[in-house]
Amino acid sequence: MALLQVENLCMDFGGLRAVDQVSLSVEDGEIVALIGPNGAGKTTFFNCVTGHYAPTGGEIVISPPQGERARIDGLKPNRVTALGLARTFQNIRLFPAMTVLENVMIGRHCRTRTSLLGAILRGPGTRRQERETIDTSYRLLEKVGLLDVADEFARNLSYGGQRRLEIARALATDPFLLLLDEPAAGMNPQETRELDELIVRIRDEEGLAILLIEHDMPLVMNLSDRIYVMEYGCKIAEGTPQQIRSNPRVIKAYLGEQDDA
Amino acid sequence: MRLVGRSLLVGLWFMFLTLPLLAVRVNTITETVEWRWLNLVWVGLGTFILSLALALWRQRSESQPQRDDGEGDITPRWRERLFHDQTVYRPLLIMALLATLLLPWLVDIYQINILVLALIFVVLGLGLNIIVGLAGLLDLGYIAFFAVGAYTYALLNINLDLGFWAALPLGGLAGAFFGLLIGFPVLRLRGDYLAIVTLGFGSIVKIVIENEDELFYGAMGIADIPRPGLLGLDLSLDQSTLYTYYLVVALALLAIFVTNRLKDSRLGRAWIALREDEIAAVAMGIDMAKCKLSAYAFGAFWAGLVGVLFAARNTFIHPNSFTFAESALVLSMVVLGGMGSIVGVTLAALILVLLPEYLQGLAEYRMLVFGGVMVAMMVFRPHGLISPSRRRYTRPQAQGEEG
Ligand SMILES: Nc1ncnc2c1ncn2[C@@H]1O[C@H](COP(=O)(O)OP(=O)(O)OP(=O)(O)O)[C@@H](O)[C@H]1O
Ligand SMILES: [Mg+2]
Repeated sequence: MALLQVENLCMDFGGLRAVDQVSLSVEDGEIVALIGPNGAGKTTFFNCVTGHYAPTGGEIVISPPQGERARIDGLKPNRVTALGLARTFQNIRLFPAMTVLENVMIGRHCRTRTSLLGAILRGPGTRRQERETIDTSYRLLEKVGLLDVADEFARNLSYGGQRRLEIARALATDPFLLLLDEPAAGMNPQETRELDELIVRIRDEEGLAILLIEHDMPLVMNLSDRIYVMEYGCKIAEGTPQQIRSNPRVIKAYLGEQDDA
Repeated sequence: MRLVGRSLLVGLWFMFLTLPLLAVRVNTITETVEWRWLNLVWVGLGTFILSLALALWRQRSESQPQRDDGEGDITPRWRERLFHDQTVYRPLLIMALLATLLLPWLVDIYQINILVLALIFVVLGLGLNIIVGLAGLLDLGYIAFFAVGAYTYALLNINLDLGFWAALPLGGLAGAFFGLLIGFPVLRLRGDYLAIVTLGFGSIVKIVIENEDELFYGAMGIADIPRPGLLGLDLSLDQSTLYTYYLVVALALLAIFVTNRLKDSRLGRAWIALREDEIAAVAMGIDMAKCKLSAYAFGAFWAGLVGVLFAARNTFIHPNSFTFAESALVLSMVVLGGMGSIVGVTLAALILVLLPEYLQGLAEYRMLVFGGVMVAMMVFRPHGLISPSRRRYTRPQAQGEEG
């Protein structure tokens, strides 16, 4: 059973069909890439899966490694996150006035419980939970290499640092599937190479599957087990990196365009 | 120089703007028009000099080496120590506390009364700080919850003969209940829309009280509300005022303690996250409706609580104590103090209540000074007097966490 099974997903904005009958699946432990030219509808697809948009058609089913099979289309984003899907954003969305560590701690929100009274009294239960939140967050910061800036405000991080912080924050929600929206955008080649390693390391160490949108072709070809290609809202191809590289339709729609540029 | 030219233009523009007001006077007795050109020259000269000074000051501060983050809101070293070094801030806090406790023995009863009012506004400021400062929900009708608390006490006292201490928690709960009631439909709105609706709600509460004679005693107000009782003792006016002072100090300390704990808790962080970026916050699994509602109700709780004390201090309440001007005053405390900063809001509340009282000479120009201060703040310290600092956490290896 696939971790994530999307069937014939459609999303309409008024007259515009941004996602048209797209089906996609992600298996346990896979790294899957979703590529396509600008405006193809990739981010919109993510937004539907993570609950930010309610899709106008199709269905989205998850089968978590531990847990029930469930339909998640139309659920609120916080419910989807609680079920085990976490995401990053194409246009970075951190909490700028909070410290780097606190940004990650926010990710623990849905895995912890405290009442208003508990927070005020700060009893042993609450303290233990806070300690766990802090420890987990530090561990994740170490993983993405942001340990030395833990007390900085998030807005003071470099661009690459902010992207990695978004990944750490998403990981803090204990997902079984991580959705990355253009994680390498704006990074220099050195940072991109490090990101490449980081993504593989996350998959192996945290034992989760990854679905990523990316424009950086070498990165995608290198990382992905399978690739889906979208154009004008429709899925035009799927397959292994080799198959995608030699697919004439993809070359025409996307790779060819890149060559011109 | 370009700056001089611009300042000259500003001066001319102000002369033109104030021309009908300051220069032209119709003398109704002799039925002639007087031209007072000299006034105009003063206006022009004054604005020219001010504008030039401002421009030069700006230029100088811009030519200074830029500091690390673009928001002009850095953490200088003394601030760092003030907020994160226990050996520095502990003694300061203890001194402030001692001063607060000793103060009423040094001043007369009139002053104590003013101090009580100032501290009431400190609690209001801290309550609104939860809603606006932490959760980022712009509320322009906050004083309505204060009214709810005050009227809860007054009415319970008249109708059920309930005492101050019984009414105190009930006032707080009534505030929170109204917060939930209003918040539930309203909090799905954002920014400006939320501000407008809360503004409307604030006015509605006042108008309802004003016009309902049977239930709320309308525009007459309610008089003879008992002062806070102390174990059934008979207190003189002086003693009772002193007692009220210590009560409100206790309440303010409680509010400071509680908000301080909350802002670094799971819930408090969720509030701040929602303020910073709603979309990212819900993507991290935060239940937006629930979190916003809890912030709103909890902020309202403090207003209700301290409303009871307000009614007991004044022994007389009237709908006119709960107008938009008061809401705006409390909001300025939060903005002036620095959104989310407990120290800042406390200071700003004290300043905004005490300063006008002690500058009676300026009473006529109060609003003018107020406006001026606000504009100056927006220009020079857009993040408030004290920009909120965030807590540091020790790493797992370093044992023995405390804070
Ligand atoms: N909320 C919205 N309302 C209306 N139209 C939208 C909305 N969101 C996206 N669109 C439209 O849907 C189409 C797909 O946009 P989307 O952001 O999903 O593209 P993308 O594949 O992520 O592109 P890029 O590579 O530039 O990020 C675009 O034409 C966009 O204008
Ligand atoms: Mg996109």
